[in-house]
Amino acid sequence: MAVTGIVLVLFLIAHMLGNLKIFTGQTSFDHYAHWLREIGAPLLPGVWFLWILRTVLLVAVLAHIGAATTLALRARAARPVRYAHRRPVQGSYAARTMRWGGVIIGLFVIYHLLDLTTGALNPVGDPSRPYANVVADFAPDRWYVTLFYTLAVVAVGFHLRHGAFSALRSLGQQTPRGERRARAVALVLAVALCAGYLAVPFAVLTGLVD
Amino acid sequence: MNLTLRIWRQSGPGDKGRMVTYPVADISPDMSFLEMLDVLNERLTLAGEEPVAFDHDCREGICGACGMVINGNAHGPQRGTTACQLHMRHFTDGETIDIEPWRARAFPVVKDLVVDRNAFDRIIAAGGYVTAPTGSAPEAHATPVAKANADAAFEAAACIGCGACVAACPNGSGMLFTAAKVTQLGLLPQGQPERYTRVLGMVDAHDEAGFGGCTNAGECTAVCPKGIPLSTIGRLNRDYLRATAKRGDTPGT
Ligand code: HEM
Ligand code: FES
Repeated sequence: MAVTGIVLVLFLIAHMLGNLKIFTGQTSFDHYAHWLREIGAPLLPGVWFLWILRTVLLVAVLAHIGAATTLALRARAARPVRYAHRRPVQGSYAARTMRWGGVIIGLFVIYHLLDLTTGALNPVGDPSRPYANVVADFAPDRWYVTLFYTLAVVAVGFHLRHGAFSALRSLGQQTPRGERRARAVALVLAVALCAGYLAVPFAVLTGLVD
Repeated sequence: MNLTLRIWRQSGPGDKGRMVTYPVADISPDMSFLEMLDVLNERLTLAGEEPVAFDHDCREGICGACGMVINGNAHGPQRGTTACQLHMRHFTDGETIDIEPWRARAFPVVKDLVVDRNAFDRIIAAGGYVTAPTGSAPEAHATPVAKANADAAFEAAACIGCGACVAACPNGSGMLFTAAKVTQLGLLPQGQPERYTRVLGMVDAHDEAGFGGCTNAGECTAVCPKGIPLSTIGRLNRDYLRATAKRGDTPGT
Protein backbone atom coordinates (compact mmCIF):
# COMPACT_ATOMS: atom_id res chain seq x y z
CA MET A 1 0.00 0.00 0.00
CA ALA A 2 2.67 2.46 1.09
CA VAL A 3 5.04 2.04 -1.86
CA THR A 4 2.37 2.14 -4.56
CA GLY A 5 0.68 4.99 -2.72
CA ILE A 6 3.87 7.03 -2.80
CA VAL A 7 4.17 6.50 -6.57
CA LEU A 8 0.62 7.80 -6.95
CA VAL A 9 1.29 10.79 -4.68
CA LEU A 10 4.31 11.72 -6.80
CA PHE A 11 2.04 11.60 -9.84
CA LEU A 12 -0.55 13.73 -8.05
CA ILE A 13 2.05 16.39 -7.26
CA ALA A 14 3.40 16.47 -10.82
CA HIS A 15 -0.10 16.49 -12.30
CA MET A 16 -1.19 19.33 -10.07
CA LEU A 17 1.83 21.43 -11.02
CA GLY A 18 1.12 20.68 -14.68
CA ASN A 19 -2.54 21.72 -14.28
CA LEU A 20 -1.52 25.01 -12.71
CA LYS A 21 0.20 25.90 -15.97
CA ILE A 22 -3.31 26.79 -17.16
CA PHE A 23 -2.75 30.15 -15.47
CA THR A 24 0.12 30.87 -17.86
CA GLY A 25 -2.25 30.96 -20.83
CA GLN A 26 -3.53 28.80 -23.64
CA THR A 27 -0.34 28.53 -25.73
CA SER A 28 1.80 27.61 -22.78
CA PHE A 29 -0.69 25.00 -21.45
CA ASP A 30 -1.24 23.37 -24.83
CA HIS A 31 2.49 23.40 -25.44
CA TYR A 32 3.00 21.66 -22.11
CA ALA A 33 0.53 18.92 -23.09
CA HIS A 34 2.28 18.40 -26.39
CA TRP A 35 5.64 18.36 -24.69
CA LEU A 36 4.36 15.54 -22.43
CA ARG A 37 4.07 13.46 -25.57
CA GLU A 38 7.60 14.21 -26.69
CA ILE A 39 9.64 13.76 -23.53
CA GLY A 40 12.54 11.43 -24.12
CA ALA A 41 12.85 12.22 -27.82
CA PRO A 42 14.98 11.59 -29.72
CA LEU A 43 16.12 8.70 -27.51
CA LEU A 44 12.60 7.31 -27.26
CA PRO A 45 10.30 7.59 -30.25
CA GLY A 46 7.12 9.70 -29.97
CA VAL A 47 4.82 9.07 -27.03
CA TRP A 48 6.88 6.24 -25.59
CA PHE A 49 7.88 8.08 -22.48
CA LEU A 50 4.25 8.93 -21.76
CA TRP A 51 3.27 5.31 -22.21
CA ILE A 52 6.04 4.19 -19.86
CA LEU A 53 4.68 6.61 -17.26
CA ARG A 54 1.15 5.40 -17.88
CA THR A 55 2.28 1.80 -17.44
CA VAL A 56 4.01 2.60 -14.15
CA LEU A 57 0.87 4.39 -12.95
CA LEU A 58 -1.40 1.58 -14.02
CA VAL A 59 0.76 -1.02 -12.28
CA ALA A 60 0.84 1.15 -9.15
CA VAL A 61 -2.94 1.66 -9.20
CA LEU A 62 -3.64 -2.04 -9.71
CA ALA A 63 -1.19 -3.08 -6.99
CA HIS A 64 -2.69 -0.44 -4.69
CA ILE A 65 -6.20 -1.74 -5.31
CA GLY A 66 -5.00 -5.33 -4.96
CA ALA A 67 -3.41 -4.71 -1.57
CA ALA A 68 -6.47 -2.76 -0.41
CA THR A 69 -8.76 -5.60 -1.47
CA THR A 70 -6.65 -8.13 0.44
CA LEU A 71 -6.83 -5.97 3.57
CA ALA A 72 -10.57 -5.45 3.20
CA LEU A 73 -11.22 -9.17 2.75
CA ARG A 74 -9.02 -10.02 5.74
CA ALA A 75 -10.85 -7.42 7.82
CA ARG A 76 -14.19 -8.89 6.87
CA ALA A 77 -13.05 -12.42 7.66
CA ALA A 78 -11.55 -11.29 10.97
CA ARG A 79 -14.96 -10.20 12.32
CA PRO A 80 -17.60 -12.70 11.21
CA VAL A 81 -20.18 -11.52 13.77
CA ARG A 82 -20.77 -7.76 13.71
CA TYR A 83 -21.48 -5.57 16.71
CA ALA A 84 -25.13 -4.83 17.37
CA HIS A 85 -24.15 -1.42 18.71
CA ARG A 86 -21.87 0.20 16.14
CA ARG A 87 -19.17 2.25 17.78
CA PRO A 88 -18.58 5.87 16.91
CA VAL A 89 -15.31 6.71 15.13
CA GLN A 90 -12.72 7.60 17.76
CA GLY A 91 -9.56 7.47 15.72
CA SER A 92 -9.63 9.45 12.52
CA TYR A 93 -12.53 9.96 10.17
CA ALA A 94 -10.17 9.94 7.19
CA ALA A 95 -8.86 6.52 8.21
CA ARG A 96 -12.35 5.07 8.31
CA THR A 97 -13.30 6.28 4.83
CA MET A 98 -10.25 4.92 2.99
CA ARG A 99 -12.08 2.05 1.32
CA TRP A 100 -15.13 3.86 0.02
CA GLY A 101 -13.05 6.95 -0.64
CA GLY A 102 -10.71 4.86 -2.76
CA VAL A 103 -13.62 3.43 -4.76
CA ILE A 104 -14.99 6.93 -5.40
CA ILE A 105 -11.58 8.16 -6.54
CA GLY A 106 -11.24 5.14 -8.84
CA LEU A 107 -14.60 5.88 -10.48
CA PHE A 108 -13.62 9.53 -10.79
CA VAL A 109 -10.36 8.63 -12.53
CA ILE A 110 -12.26 6.56 -15.12
CA TYR A 111 -14.63 9.46 -15.78
CA HIS A 112 -11.74 11.89 -15.79
CA LEU A 113 -9.78 9.90 -18.40
CA LEU A 114 -12.85 9.73 -20.66
CA ASP A 115 -13.32 13.45 -20.12
CA LEU A 116 -9.90 15.07 -20.47
CA THR A 117 -7.60 12.41 -21.92
CA THR A 118 -9.73 10.74 -24.62
CA GLY A 119 -12.24 13.58 -24.75
CA ALA A 120 -15.19 11.23 -25.16
CA LEU A 121 -17.25 12.95 -22.42
CA ASN A 122 -15.95 16.46 -23.03
CA PRO A 123 -18.00 19.12 -24.90
CA VAL A 124 -14.93 20.02 -27.00
CA GLY A 125 -13.25 16.66 -26.80
CA ASP A 126 -10.21 17.44 -28.90
CA PRO A 127 -7.14 15.86 -27.26
CA SER A 128 -4.84 18.21 -29.14
CA ARG A 129 -6.46 21.26 -27.47
CA PRO A 130 -6.45 20.52 -23.74
CA TYR A 131 -6.90 24.19 -22.79
CA ALA A 132 -10.17 24.37 -24.71
CA ASN A 133 -11.26 21.07 -23.18
CA VAL A 134 -10.67 22.28 -19.65
CA VAL A 135 -12.37 25.63 -20.21
CA ALA A 136 -15.42 23.97 -21.77
CA ASP A 137 -15.48 21.39 -18.99
CA PHE A 138 -15.87 23.79 -16.09
CA ALA A 139 -18.13 26.36 -17.79
CA PRO A 140 -20.68 27.78 -15.31
CA ASP A 141 -23.64 25.99 -16.93
CA ARG A 142 -21.84 22.68 -16.41
CA TRP A 143 -21.69 23.34 -12.66
CA TYR A 144 -22.42 19.66 -11.93
CA VAL A 145 -19.10 18.69 -13.55
CA THR A 146 -17.27 21.16 -11.33
CA LEU A 147 -19.20 19.81 -8.36
CA PHE A 148 -18.20 16.24 -9.14
CA TYR A 149 -14.56 17.26 -9.61
CA THR A 150 -14.68 19.12 -6.30
CA LEU A 151 -16.11 16.11 -4.46
CA ALA A 152 -13.50 13.83 -6.02
CA VAL A 153 -10.63 16.14 -5.14
CA VAL A 154 -11.88 16.46 -1.56
CA ALA A 155 -12.08 12.66 -1.44
CA VAL A 156 -8.45 12.57 -2.62
CA GLY A 157 -7.63 15.01 0.19
CA PHE A 158 -9.17 12.76 2.84
CA HIS A 159 -7.52 9.73 1.29
CA LEU A 160 -4.13 11.43 1.44
CA ARG A 161 -4.61 12.75 4.92
CA HIS A 162 -4.69 9.26 6.30
CA GLY A 163 -2.78 7.59 3.46
CA ALA A 164 0.34 9.71 3.70
CA PHE A 165 0.57 9.29 7.47
CA SER A 166 -0.14 5.58 7.21
CA ALA A 167 2.52 5.10 4.53
CA LEU A 168 5.15 6.75 6.70
CA ARG A 169 4.07 4.57 9.61
CA SER A 170 4.18 1.40 7.51
CA LEU A 171 7.68 2.28 6.41
CA GLY A 172 8.82 2.46 10.00
CA GLN A 173 8.06 5.91 11.42
CA GLN A 174 8.26 5.05 15.10
CA THR A 175 8.53 7.89 17.60
CA PRO A 176 5.60 9.82 19.10
CA ARG A 177 7.14 13.13 18.08
CA GLY A 178 7.74 11.81 14.57
CA GLU A 179 4.09 10.73 14.55
CA ARG A 180 2.94 14.29 15.18
CA ARG A 181 5.24 15.44 12.40
CA ALA A 182 4.06 12.73 10.00
CA ARG A 183 0.43 13.68 10.66
CA ALA A 184 1.25 17.34 10.05
CA VAL A 185 3.02 16.51 6.78
CA ALA A 186 0.03 14.44 5.65
CA LEU A 187 -2.39 17.24 6.49
CA VAL A 188 -0.34 19.90 4.69
CA LEU A 189 0.06 17.64 1.66
CA ALA A 190 -3.67 16.93 1.55
CA VAL A 191 -4.67 20.59 1.88
CA ALA A 192 -2.04 21.79 -0.62
CA LEU A 193 -3.07 19.22 -3.23
CA CYS A 194 -6.76 19.99 -2.73
CA ALA A 195 -6.13 23.71 -3.15
CA GLY A 196 -3.91 23.21 -6.18
CA TYR A 197 -6.38 20.91 -7.93
CA LEU A 198 -9.44 23.00 -7.11
CA ALA A 199 -7.79 26.20 -8.32
CA VAL A 200 -8.25 25.20 -11.96
CA PRO A 201 -11.99 24.39 -12.10
CA PHE A 202 -12.82 27.37 -9.90
CA ALA A 203 -10.70 29.70 -12.00
CA VAL A 204 -12.67 28.59 -15.05
CA LEU A 205 -15.98 28.79 -13.19
CA THR A 206 -15.32 32.35 -12.06
CA GLY A 207 -14.02 33.46 -15.46
CA LEU A 208 -10.44 33.95 -14.28
CA VAL A 209 -9.37 31.53 -16.99
CA ASP A 210 -11.30 31.58 -20.27
CA MET B 1 -30.20 4.09 39.20
CA ASN B 2 -32.56 2.08 37.04
CA LEU B 3 -31.15 0.75 33.82
CA THR B 4 -32.10 -1.39 30.87
CA LEU B 5 -29.36 -3.80 29.83
CA ARG B 6 -29.23 -5.49 26.46
CA ILE B 7 -26.73 -8.30 26.83
CA TRP B 8 -25.35 -10.82 24.35
CA ARG B 9 -26.41 -14.28 25.54
CA GLN B 10 -24.85 -17.36 23.97
CA SER B 11 -24.94 -20.66 25.81
CA GLY B 12 -21.83 -22.05 24.13
CA PRO B 13 -19.61 -21.92 21.06
CA GLY B 14 -22.23 -23.79 19.01
CA ASP B 15 -25.12 -21.50 19.94
CA LYS B 16 -26.04 -18.69 17.56
CA GLY B 17 -26.50 -16.17 20.35
CA ARG B 18 -28.78 -13.14 20.68
CA MET B 19 -29.20 -9.85 22.53
CA VAL B 20 -31.48 -10.24 25.58
CA THR B 21 -33.01 -7.32 27.50
CA TYR B 22 -32.84 -7.18 31.31
CA PRO B 23 -34.09 -4.34 33.49
CA VAL B 24 -31.98 -3.69 36.61
CA ALA B 25 -33.11 -1.45 39.46
CA ASP B 26 -31.48 0.27 42.46
CA ILE B 27 -27.95 0.37 41.08
CA SER B 28 -25.59 2.59 43.06
CA PRO B 29 -23.59 5.06 40.96
CA ASP B 30 -20.56 4.06 43.05
CA MET B 31 -20.69 0.46 41.86
CA SER B 32 -18.26 -0.72 39.25
CA PHE B 33 -19.66 -2.00 35.98
CA LEU B 34 -18.87 -5.59 36.99
CA GLU B 35 -20.55 -5.12 40.37
CA MET B 36 -23.62 -3.97 38.52
CA LEU B 37 -23.49 -7.23 36.53
CA ASP B 38 -23.01 -9.12 39.83
CA VAL B 39 -26.28 -7.59 41.05
CA LEU B 40 -28.01 -8.73 37.87
CA ASN B 41 -26.52 -12.23 38.20
CA GLU B 42 -27.67 -12.59 41.81
CA ARG B 43 -31.20 -11.76 40.73
CA LEU B 44 -31.01 -14.13 37.78
CA THR B 45 -29.69 -16.91 40.02
CA LEU B 46 -32.47 -16.35 42.56
CA ALA B 47 -35.00 -16.46 39.76
CA GLY B 48 -33.52 -19.78 38.61
CA GLU B 49 -32.11 -18.34 35.40
CA GLU B 50 -28.62 -18.78 33.98
CA PRO B 51 -26.34 -15.91 35.14
CA VAL B 52 -24.43 -13.89 32.56
CA ALA B 53 -20.91 -15.27 32.13
CA PHE B 54 -18.11 -12.68 31.99
CA ASP B 55 -14.36 -12.79 32.59
CA HIS B 56 -12.83 -10.99 35.55
CA ASP B 57 -10.09 -11.51 38.09
CA CYS B 58 -8.24 -8.67 39.79
CA ARG B 59 -10.99 -6.06 39.44
CA GLU B 60 -8.36 -3.41 39.83
CA GLY B 61 -7.43 -2.88 36.20
CA ILE B 62 -4.15 -4.75 36.09
CA CYS B 63 -4.78 -8.37 35.09
CA GLY B 64 -6.47 -7.94 31.72
CA ALA B 65 -9.11 -10.59 32.34
CA CYS B 66 -12.19 -8.42 32.08
CA GLY B 67 -13.41 -6.94 28.84
CA MET B 68 -16.68 -6.30 27.10
CA VAL B 69 -17.97 -3.88 24.53
CA ILE B 70 -20.25 -1.38 26.26
CA ASN B 71 -22.41 0.75 23.97
CA GLY B 72 -19.98 0.08 21.14
CA ASN B 73 -16.92 1.02 23.20
CA ALA B 74 -14.40 -1.58 24.30
CA HIS B 75 -14.28 -1.28 28.13
CA GLY B 76 -16.96 1.42 28.04
CA PRO B 77 -17.02 5.18 27.64
CA GLN B 78 -14.18 6.20 29.96
CA ARG B 79 -10.72 6.30 28.39
CA GLY B 80 -7.79 4.55 30.00
CA THR B 81 -10.09 2.37 32.12
CA THR B 82 -10.89 -1.33 32.16
CA ALA B 83 -14.50 -2.47 32.55
CA CYS B 84 -13.80 -3.51 36.16
CA GLN B 85 -12.67 0.02 37.00
CA LEU B 86 -15.53 1.74 35.22
CA HIS B 87 -18.09 3.23 37.59
CA MET B 88 -21.80 3.42 37.06
CA ARG B 89 -21.73 7.19 37.59
CA HIS B 90 -20.62 7.45 33.96
CA PHE B 91 -24.11 6.36 32.96
CA THR B 92 -27.40 8.14 33.39
CA ASP B 93 -30.48 6.91 35.20
CA GLY B 94 -32.89 5.23 32.81
CA GLU B 95 -30.22 4.58 30.18
CA THR B 96 -30.20 1.52 27.92
CA ILE B 97 -26.78 -0.10 27.83
CA ASP B 98 -25.69 -2.58 25.13
CA ILE B 99 -23.15 -5.15 26.30
CA GLU B 100 -21.40 -7.43 23.79
CA PRO B 101 -18.34 -9.66 23.81
CA TRP B 102 -15.13 -8.83 21.90
CA ARG B 103 -15.94 -9.62 18.27
CA ALA B 104 -13.16 -11.32 16.34
CA ARG B 105 -12.72 -14.59 14.51
CA ALA B 106 -9.53 -15.13 16.51
CA PHE B 107 -11.50 -14.66 19.76
CA PRO B 108 -14.35 -17.17 19.54
CA VAL B 109 -17.12 -16.76 22.11
CA VAL B 110 -16.96 -19.39 24.85
CA LYS B 111 -20.13 -18.27 26.60
CA ASP B 112 -22.07 -14.99 26.78
CA LEU B 113 -19.39 -12.30 27.22
CA VAL B 114 -16.46 -14.70 27.66
CA VAL B 115 -14.16 -15.10 24.66
CA ASP B 116 -11.20 -17.41 24.13
CA ARG B 117 -8.07 -15.24 23.92
CA ASN B 118 -5.63 -18.11 23.38
CA ALA B 119 -4.63 -16.50 20.09
CA PHE B 120 -2.72 -13.90 22.14
CA ASP B 121 -0.84 -16.67 23.94
CA ARG B 122 0.15 -18.15 20.59
CA ILE B 123 1.50 -14.77 19.48
CA ILE B 124 3.56 -14.51 22.68
CA ALA B 125 4.76 -18.11 22.30
CA ALA B 126 6.04 -17.23 18.83
CA GLY B 127 8.58 -14.75 20.16
CA GLY B 128 7.30 -12.58 23.00
CA TYR B 129 10.03 -13.60 25.43
CA VAL B 130 13.78 -13.45 25.99
CA THR B 131 15.83 -16.66 26.14
CA ALA B 132 18.57 -15.24 28.34
CA PRO B 133 18.79 -17.16 31.63
CA THR B 134 16.91 -15.22 34.26
CA GLY B 135 17.66 -16.42 37.79
CA SER B 136 17.26 -13.80 40.48
CA ALA B 137 16.83 -10.15 39.54
CA PRO B 138 20.13 -8.79 38.21
CA GLU B 139 21.75 -5.75 39.74
CA ALA B 140 20.02 -2.76 38.17
CA HIS B 141 23.17 -1.04 36.93
CA ALA B 142 24.76 -4.15 35.43
CA THR B 143 23.23 -3.45 32.00
CA PRO B 144 22.78 0.24 31.31
CA VAL B 145 19.61 1.24 29.44
CA ALA B 146 19.10 4.72 28.05
CA LYS B 147 16.38 6.54 29.98
CA ALA B 148 14.30 7.27 26.88
CA ASN B 149 14.40 3.58 25.88
CA ALA B 150 13.57 2.47 29.40
CA ASP B 151 10.57 4.81 29.47
CA ALA B 152 9.26 3.74 26.06
CA ALA B 153 9.78 0.05 26.91
CA PHE B 154 7.96 0.53 30.20
CA GLU B 155 5.07 2.28 28.49
CA ALA B 156 4.72 -0.66 26.08
CA ALA B 157 5.15 -3.20 28.88
CA ALA B 158 2.01 -1.80 30.52
CA CYS B 159 -0.08 -3.89 28.09
CA ILE B 160 -2.32 -6.24 30.05
CA GLY B 161 -3.35 -8.29 27.02
CA CYS B 162 -7.06 -7.66 27.49
CA GLY B 163 -7.82 -7.63 23.74
CA ALA B 164 -9.66 -4.30 23.62
CA CYS B 165 -7.45 -3.26 20.68
CA VAL B 166 -8.77 -6.17 18.64
CA ALA B 167 -12.35 -5.50 19.69
CA ALA B 168 -12.12 -1.87 18.60
CA CYS B 169 -10.14 -2.35 15.40
CA PRO B 170 -12.23 -1.90 12.23
CA ASN B 171 -9.97 -4.57 10.68
CA GLY B 172 -10.12 -6.96 13.66
CA SER B 173 -6.34 -6.69 13.88
CA GLY B 174 -4.27 -7.50 16.95
CA MET B 175 -1.33 -5.39 15.87
CA LEU B 176 -1.27 -3.05 18.88
CA PHE B 177 -0.92 -6.01 21.23
CA THR B 178 1.80 -7.57 19.07
CA ALA B 179 3.59 -4.25 18.65
CA ALA B 180 3.53 -3.52 22.39
CA LYS B 181 5.51 -6.69 23.10
CA VAL B 182 7.86 -6.19 20.12
CA THR B 183 8.52 -2.62 21.31
CA GLN B 184 9.08 -3.56 24.92
CA LEU B 185 11.61 -6.28 24.17
CA GLY B 186 13.18 -4.56 21.17
CA LEU B 187 14.13 -1.49 23.22
CA LEU B 188 15.93 -3.41 25.96
CA PRO B 189 19.37 -5.00 25.71
CA GLN B 190 17.99 -8.36 26.89
CA GLY B 191 15.67 -8.47 23.89
CA GLN B 192 18.31 -7.98 21.21
CA PRO B 193 19.38 -11.56 20.40
CA GLU B 194 15.91 -12.56 19.15
CA ARG B 195 14.91 -9.12 17.93
CA TYR B 196 14.37 -9.96 14.27
CA THR B 197 13.21 -13.55 14.57
CA ARG B 198 10.75 -12.32 17.20
CA VAL B 199 8.99 -9.86 14.94
CA LEU B 200 8.69 -12.34 12.07
CA GLY B 201 7.42 -15.12 14.33
CA MET B 202 4.93 -12.94 16.16
CA VAL B 203 3.49 -11.36 13.02
CA ASP B 204 3.16 -14.81 11.42
CA ALA B 205 1.37 -16.16 14.49
CA HIS B 206 -0.84 -13.06 14.50
CA ASP B 207 -1.86 -13.59 10.86
CA GLU B 208 -2.32 -17.33 11.31
CA ALA B 209 -4.68 -16.77 14.23
CA GLY B 210 -7.07 -15.01 11.84
CA PHE B 211 -6.60 -11.41 12.93
CA GLY B 212 -7.01 -8.76 10.24
CA GLY B 213 -4.27 -6.52 8.85
CA CYS B 214 -3.42 -3.17 10.45
CA THR B 215 -4.24 0.00 8.49
CA ASN B 216 -3.06 2.46 11.18
CA ALA B 217 -6.66 3.51 11.81
CA GLY B 218 -5.88 4.29 15.45
CA GLU B 219 -9.11 3.03 17.05
CA CYS B 220 -7.08 0.61 19.20
CA THR B 221 -5.05 3.15 21.06
CA ALA B 222 -8.19 5.21 21.75
CA VAL B 223 -9.74 2.38 23.75
CA CYS B 224 -6.58 0.85 25.23
CA PRO B 225 -6.97 0.92 29.03
CA LYS B 226 -3.20 1.30 29.33
CA GLY B 227 -2.81 3.94 26.61
CA ILE B 228 -0.33 1.92 24.52
CA PRO B 229 0.68 4.44 21.83
CA LEU B 230 0.11 3.80 18.13
CA SER B 231 3.80 4.53 17.53
CA THR B 232 4.62 1.03 18.82
CA ILE B 233 3.22 -0.24 15.52
CA GLY B 234 5.80 1.88 13.71
CA ARG B 235 8.53 0.19 15.73
CA LEU B 236 7.12 -3.20 14.81
CA ASN B 237 7.01 -2.20 11.13
CA ARG B 238 10.60 -1.00 11.20
CA ASP B 239 11.82 -4.21 12.84
CA TYR B 240 9.76 -6.22 10.37
CA LEU B 241 11.27 -4.44 7.36
CA ARG B 242 14.77 -5.02 8.73
CA ALA B 243 14.01 -8.62 9.55
CA THR B 244 12.68 -9.41 6.08
CA ALA B 245 15.73 -7.75 4.55
CA LYS B 246 18.00 -9.98 6.65
CA ARG B 247 16.50 -13.30 5.52
CA GLY B 248 17.62 -16.79 6.47
CA ASP B 249 16.48 -16.70 10.10
CA THR B 250 13.98 -19.15 11.48
CA PRO B 251 11.26 -17.44 13.49
CA GLY B 252 10.65 -17.93 17.14
CA THR B 253 13.66 -19.91 18.29
C1 HEM C 1 -9.70 19.29 -10.84
C2 HEM C 1 -8.47 19.02 -11.04
C3 HEM C 1 -7.93 18.33 -12.30
C4 HEM C 1 -7.79 18.84 -13.57
C5 HEM C 1 -8.18 20.24 -14.07
C6 HEM C 1 -7.18 17.80 -14.36
C7 HEM C 1 -6.86 17.94 -15.71
C8 HEM C 1 -6.34 16.95 -16.52
C9 HEM C 1 -6.02 17.08 -17.92
C10 HEM C 1 -6.21 18.35 -18.78
C11 HEM C 1 -5.53 15.88 -18.33
C12 HEM C 1 -5.09 15.52 -19.76
C13 HEM C 1 -3.63 15.80 -19.92
C14 HEM C 1 -3.18 15.49 -21.34
O1 HEM C 1 -3.76 14.62 -21.99
O2 HEM C 1 -2.21 16.13 -21.76
C15 HEM C 1 -5.52 14.97 -17.20
C16 HEM C 1 -5.07 13.66 -17.22
C17 HEM C 1 -5.08 12.79 -16.10
N1 HEM C 1 -5.50 13.10 -14.81
FE1 HEM C 1 -6.22 14.88 -14.18
N2 HEM C 1 -6.99 16.68 -13.56
C18 HEM C 1 -7.43 16.96 -12.30
C19 HEM C 1 -7.42 16.13 -11.17
C20 HEM C 1 -6.97 14.81 -11.20
C21 HEM C 1 -6.94 13.93 -10.04
C22 HEM C 1 -7.39 14.31 -8.62
C23 HEM C 1 -6.43 12.72 -10.48
C24 HEM C 1 -6.17 11.42 -9.71
C25 HEM C 1 -6.77 11.02 -8.64
C26 HEM C 1 -6.16 12.85 -11.88
C27 HEM C 1 -5.65 11.84 -12.67
C28 HEM C 1 -5.36 11.96 -14.03
C29 HEM C 1 -4.83 10.88 -14.83
C30 HEM C 1 -4.51 9.46 -14.35
C31 HEM C 1 -4.64 11.40 -16.15
C32 HEM C 1 -4.14 10.67 -17.37
C33 HEM C 1 -2.67 10.81 -17.55
C34 HEM C 1 -2.33 10.14 -18.88
O3 HEM C 1 -2.23 8.92 -18.88
O4 HEM C 1 -2.16 10.85 -19.85
N3 HEM C 1 -6.49 14.12 -12.29
N4 HEM C 1 -6.02 15.64 -16.09
S1 FES D 1 -10.57 -7.76 36.13
FE1 FES D 1 -8.39 -7.49 36.03
S2 FES D 1 -8.27 -5.88 34.63
FE2 FES D 1 -10.41 -5.96 34.93
